[in-house]
Parts: sequence; structure tokens; C-alpha cells
Amino acid sequence: MGHVLSKSEKTLKASGAPDAQGSFVSGIDPRLRIVAAVAYAVVAVACHWIPVLVLALGVSLCVMLAECLPIARTLKRMAAMDSFIIFLLLLLPFTVPGEQIFTVWGFTASWEGVHQAVTIALKANAIVLMLMVLVGTLEAVTFGHALHALRVPAALVHLLLFTVRYVEVLHEEYLRLRQAMKARGFKPSNCLHTYRSFGYLVGMMLVRALERSERILDAMKCRGFTGAIPLLAKFELSRRDSAFAVLMGVVMGSFPVLEYLYGAV
Amino acid sequence: MHIVDGALSNPVVIGGAVLAVGGIAMGLRKLPMEKIPAAGVLSATFFVASLIHVPIGPSSVHLIMNGLAGLVLGWAAFPALFVGLLLQAVFFGFGGVTVLGVNTVNIALPAVIVYYACLRGVRSPSAVAAAIWGGVGGGLAIALTTGTVAIALALSVEEFLPAAKLVFFAHIPVMIIEALLSAAAVFLARKVKPELFGALTVLHGAKGGIQ
Repeated sequence: MGHVLSKSEKTLKASGAPDAQGSFVSGIDPRLRIVAAVAYAVVAVACHWIPVLVLALGVSLCVMLAECLPIARTLKRMAAMDSFIIFLLLLLPFTVPGEQIFTVWGFTASWEGVHQAVTIALKANAIVLMLMVLVGTLEAVTFGHALHALRVPAALVHLLLFTVRYVEVLHEEYLRLRQAMKARGFKPSNCLHTYRSFGYLVGMMLVRALERSERILDAMKCRGFTGAIPLLAKFELSRRDSAFAVLMGVVMGSFPVLEYLYGAV
Repeated sequence: MHIVDGALSNPVVIGGAVLAVGGIAMGLRKLPMEKIPAAGVLSATFFVASLIHVPIGPSSVHLIMNGLAGLVLGWAAFPALFVGLLLQAVFFGFGGVTVLGVNTVNIALPAVIVYYACLRGVRSPSAVAAAIWGGVGGGLAIALTTGTVAIALALSVEEFLPAAKLVFFAHIPVMIIEALLSAAAVFLARKVKPELFGALTVLHGAKGGIQ
């Protein structure tokens, strides 16, 4: 999917890493990985005690290490998510009333606000890291088939598969158009000409996309498309999958128990 | 513009998920198998558009273009933009899991509103009028998106309100840029391929997939 999701980047895996043996989640049923990631998110969101959330982030990091993902690249992606919320989290200590810790330019920060910001940051990172390790390492096509096996409507799965397929194609087209603009001396700056050119670029991409989709449909019909695309992938649970399910269940179950027993705040 | 896990209260998360499921179901109902290729390719286009960075002052912003998505896709914007957000969350780590519903509503609901508010104008006989309506739609969609993000945050944690307001005002330049770009895109598409708008929604003039 585009340069950002090129073969080596997409799955976050070190290139040439073996798929089956060795790593922790590689051989696990994709359906189970999706369910586990969602369940993990729900459990982590429901917890509020900071030590448990630190533990949740620790578990995510452990799974990442067990999966032998390139550490720097994975964490960089996690940091990219943080850049979205950093602004919101930095403001929180100053807007939540409570016990004062320090003052910046006449604004006072409160412990309660810091507490809340830390809670959100821990939850968000733990969940996103687990999602990227468990689900983000799947092939996008396998992900679609697994969603179908989990009873996601076929139309939505096909939409996903088409999107995955054509993001790459259209990204290349985008780069070609940008190169053509560059060849004609276009240089982005802060002026109306730039915005109009980018607008024409997007408009042109839409026009070409629609025309491309007409050709795709014609080609599909030529090959006997009658209105249904078979989704053939079959998944079966192995003993290793059950072990993974039990392990994840115990880990996730321990979070609320720990919070209930020790986190009585 | 992505909200992350843990930032919202449970009622907001659940409400967002219910609304998103409803919108996606509505969009899929209006999307027969024959139009899936067109919807998929357009969904991919908007995904690629979101990777484009446009200069703004000393910095740059990435495009959202959900107003344009609404004008082209109609209700199908819900499933199409949901797919984009799902892929971004899973493969880029943008956004989160439990907030996927809220994020979908924040992006796709403004698209559908723009579809109802501006499609007639965009299909008007004069290309200049169409471009103006396209610009209105593009700016309106971003305004509504920042608005719904602010509402989701403020409903969850009262103390987010000042930050949410700041986010809204900080996005005014983005609104203007998206409006300009949408206007230009509509102007060009109107000249090159006028049937683009409503290609997936209007049955008669639609060459986009059906015979």
C-alpha cells in the first residue's frame, strides 16, 4: 500500500524474517489476533489505575520484542500517533482543577491533570502498540479474509480489499503527476497558485480513479464477474492458537483483578 | 484529527460506534456489488490524498478532503472513509481501536452533510458556481469535523473544552486551504468529467460502474 506500506514497511517485519517459527504471534490464527487486539483495547480502556496501565504497556512491549519487530521503526510509528495528541495532553494539566504543582506564565498545573494526561497516554500507546504487533503484521489481504471469517459484511471486506489493492497503484500515479508538475517548474509555496495546482491534482486523480474503476469493472465482467467475489481463505484453530488464547485471556483477566485488589484509590 | 484510545468516556465511545455502524450499513445498502470497484478505487484515492502535504505558513498540513469525498461518494463515504481509517489505525498506528467508531463519524458524517447541502450546487450548469459550492463544501466539512471532534472531547472530559476550542480555531487556516483545494478540484472535474459528482449515488447519469 503505497511507499509507506511497501512490502518491507507494511508488515513492520524485518525483511526476510521467517513467517512461521521463532516469533511469538506469526503462526497464530489471524482471526484470533484481531479478536485479541480488540479485547486488549477494551480491557485497557476500562482500567484506570496507573500501575496496571504501565503493566499493559509493558505487555505490549514484550509482545513486540517476542515478535522480533524492528524496535526503532515500530516505536517511531507509535510516536507518530503521540504527536497527534501531545498538544491535547500538554494542555490537560492546566485545565483540570486540583492541587497545584507548578506555574507557567500564570497558568497553574494540577496533579489531577497530570494524572489524567498520563493515564490517557499510557492507554493509547499500549493499545496501539498491541494492535500494530498483532494485526499490523498481517498481510493486508489476510486481514480482509480474517475480517470476513469474523462475519464482517462481504461488501465491506471487498471495499477494503479494493482499497488495499489500489492505494499502491494510485500512489504511484500521484508520484507521476507530481513529477510531471515538477518538470514544469512547480514548487509548492504559500500562494494561491500552489493551492489551485494541488486542487487540480486531487481533481485529476479522482477523474482518473473513476475511469480506472470503469476499466476494472469491464475487465472483471470480461472474466465472468456476476456480482459475487468468492473469499476462499479458510482458517482453523490449532493447539498453538488455543495456548495463545489462554495466555492472552489470563493476561487481560489479570488487569482488572490487580486493579480491584490493589488499586483501591 | 485522530482521537486516541482512552481519551473519551464510555458513552461517547459507544454512541460513536453505534452511529458509525448505522452510517456504514446505510452506505453499504446503497452500494451494490457492481459499484464496489468504483467505491474502492475512490476510497484509495482519498487515502492517497491524505498522504499529500500542503504548505501552510512555515509548516505543512495533510489533506482530509472529506467534503469532496461526500460529493463523490454520498452515503458510501461512510464505509469508504471507515476503511481508510481502519487501515491507518492497523498499519500506521494512527488513531485507535475503541475510538474507530467516533473517528469514522467525525470524518464521514460531515461528508454526508456536505453531500446533501452542496451536491445540487456542484452540479449546477455554471462551472464557476459549481467550484464555489465545492469550496463551500470543502470548508464546511473541515469545520464540521473539527466541531464534532471538539464535541466528542468536551462531552467526555469537561476539562478538554479549552483545548477543543483551541483545536477548532487552529484549524481555520486548514478549512480555508481545504476549501480552496476542493473548489479547484471541482472546477477541474466539472470540465473533464462532470458525471464524477454523484457517480456512486445518482442512478441515471452514472457511468461509474453500472451498465
